[in-house]
Amino acid sequence: MARFLIRRSILGLFVIWLVTLLVFIMFYMGSGPQDVARRLAGKQADPQTIAMVMHRLHLDEPSYKQYGRFLWSLLHGNLGFDFYHGQPVTTVLKEAFPITLSLALGAAVIWVVIGVLSGVLSAVRRGSIADRVVTVLALIFYSMPVFVLGLLLLFVFFYELSIHGLHFLPGQGYTYFTASPLQWFKGLILPWIALALISAATYTRLTRGSMLEVMGEDYIRTARSKGLVERRVIYRHALRSALTPVVSQFGIDVGTLLGGAILTEYTFGMPGLGWTAVHAIEEGDLPVIVGIVIVATAAVVIANILVDIGYAVLDPRVRLH
Amino acid sequence: MALLEVKDLYVSFSTMDGVVQAVRGVSFSVDRGQTLGIVGESGSGKSVATQTVTGLTRGAKISGQALFEGKDLLTMTQKELRSVRGAKIGMIFQDPLSSLHPYYRIGWQIVEMIHAHEPGTPKAKARARAVDLLRLVGIPQPERRIDDYPHQFSGGMRQRAMIAMAMSLNPVLLIADEPTTALDVTVQAQVLRVIERLQTEFGTAVILITHDLGVIAEVADDVVVMYAGAAMESGARDEIFYEYHHPYTEGLLRSLPAYGEERERLRPIPGQPPSLIRLPSGCPFHPRCPYVFDRCRSETPPLDPTWGGPGHRSACWLPHTKAEREAVRDRVIGEAVPS
Repeated sequence: MARFLIRRSILGLFVIWLVTLLVFIMFYMGSGPQDVARRLAGKQADPQTIAMVMHRLHLDEPSYKQYGRFLWSLLHGNLGFDFYHGQPVTTVLKEAFPITLSLALGAAVIWVVIGVLSGVLSAVRRGSIADRVVTVLALIFYSMPVFVLGLLLLFVFFYELSIHGLHFLPGQGYTYFTASPLQWFKGLILPWIALALISAATYTRLTRGSMLEVMGEDYIRTARSKGLVERRVIYRHALRSALTPVVSQFGIDVGTLLGGAILTEYTFGMPGLGWTAVHAIEEGDLPVIVGIVIVATAAVVIANILVDIGYAVLDPRVRLH
Repeated sequence: MALLEVKDLYVSFSTMDGVVQAVRGVSFSVDRGQTLGIVGESGSGKSVATQTVTGLTRGAKISGQALFEGKDLLTMTQKELRSVRGAKIGMIFQDPLSSLHPYYRIGWQIVEMIHAHEPGTPKAKARARAVDLLRLVGIPQPERRIDDYPHQFSGGMRQRAMIAMAMSLNPVLLIADEPTTALDVTVQAQVLRVIERLQTEFGTAVILITHDLGVIAEVADDVVVMYAGAAMESGARDEIFYEYHHPYTEGLLRSLPAYGEERERLRPIPGQPPSLIRLPSGCPFHPRCPYVFDRCRSETPPLDPTWGGPGHRSACWLPHTKAEREAVRDRVIGEAVPS
């Protein structure tokens, strides 16, 4: 276990390093530095001003020197400052990450519960009306982009309610949990539902398929031959095995989402990591981009390690090494 | 009264390709403490028949009767059936690796069985019983091995553990569905010994399903030979082995390698078992039968008494007297099955 963690952590750090390198290369291969300087210096700026701005931000230095500087401060826990407001990147991340975290984890809990339960129902009552209803709903939500579902939810639960004088849910923005837990919760209800319903569909299909496969296994016949009640056969014997692929999908989905749920954040005006990343990319704000990329990569790396640990917990035949 | 008496059992499944007639009018019975062997090739309906009796076939059309201690299993509610399964009828299956849940410890799986039928049993007591059971079936160091997972057991030990679990509530009937097929030959005999020993110790009746006539010869009291979902011949073991009537039984015996005998090659039964969706007309065995004549192709022979004991029956149009049957054999094949 210790060896597994060490090996995977080293591998993860390598991946993060590689990704930051790629981001730097892309930035300097294009017209990144000039664009940033021009934007900062203003439309009427003369070449001297632009050169001055570039010098101030060290953008005139060769890229390998820039990258070396970046790595050096990274080792000191410093991700640099954003080009436009001079804010430390760590501060930017500290503000954006809790938003994405709240959104992703809350939605994940909802979608995994909905997805697994409806998938089990669908598999156990295969071919029934319930199975068909679940399948159709899953397909509808699966094929619906989050901005469509999000806007529909906003239309019904924010706009329609508001014009009838019921100001229950906020339409846009985000309240920090520390500021007001109730407002935090209210603000997240619609984004959670939108994101969860769309993702749940995948889990419904995955659980259904996995359950159908497991229900045909010999050990399910054994469980029935023991005289166990069907509920126990389904949940203790079948679902336990059927969850394995669900766990791996879940880990990867949550990991990916922690790097920013761009569409959901945009639809609901939540300045999370995804929203911040899009802005940073539009402005060529390299330090912020790299900072977010590091967080996103780390999230995926950690999620993958957790998935593998989860595998070993679920299946005693799996050994970590 | 027989412990289990199955009468005229029909089982069919609707599939995309048509109706699969898996079992077609099979009858058999087993008495307390006796062993019934059901023998046949894959797809002959032998497993489906016993699994239907215990309510384990799903989505099938079923008719007939299965009287167990006088009550019809086929008309029982799920709840009644559950109290029979496991508690009164224990079952073991072909592949012990896939039949045990890979994620749960052996002991846990046995204790779960005990708790399903005796919910009040204290944990420690159920566990102690599981240890005893494992010792009974010959698992070394059962106190330690009880916490192993199935994959940590060898094939033979897994099947022993399955037997321990099936016997944990001291059932009156054990259904062993190809219990030795997935095991090494050396281990097969050990597992059969375990079953036999438990049978004498507890007076359990056993239904042994197999395609292996050698296994049948060793342990069965009575035998049913199945082909294409129907019984071809039934009788006491010695009648089946030495006084067989049906050409299919003869074919099975002929295809066995004879130990210590100079034989150039095995003699398989030519052809394949028929599709259970499109069965041949008349006798289902006629396309592969060396004795086939016109009547076989048009009329299905009933399971009629032969010259043997009262239970010896055969579904074949060949003459049902010993002298005539042997005369036909000498004329068509020319030699008896070496015994």
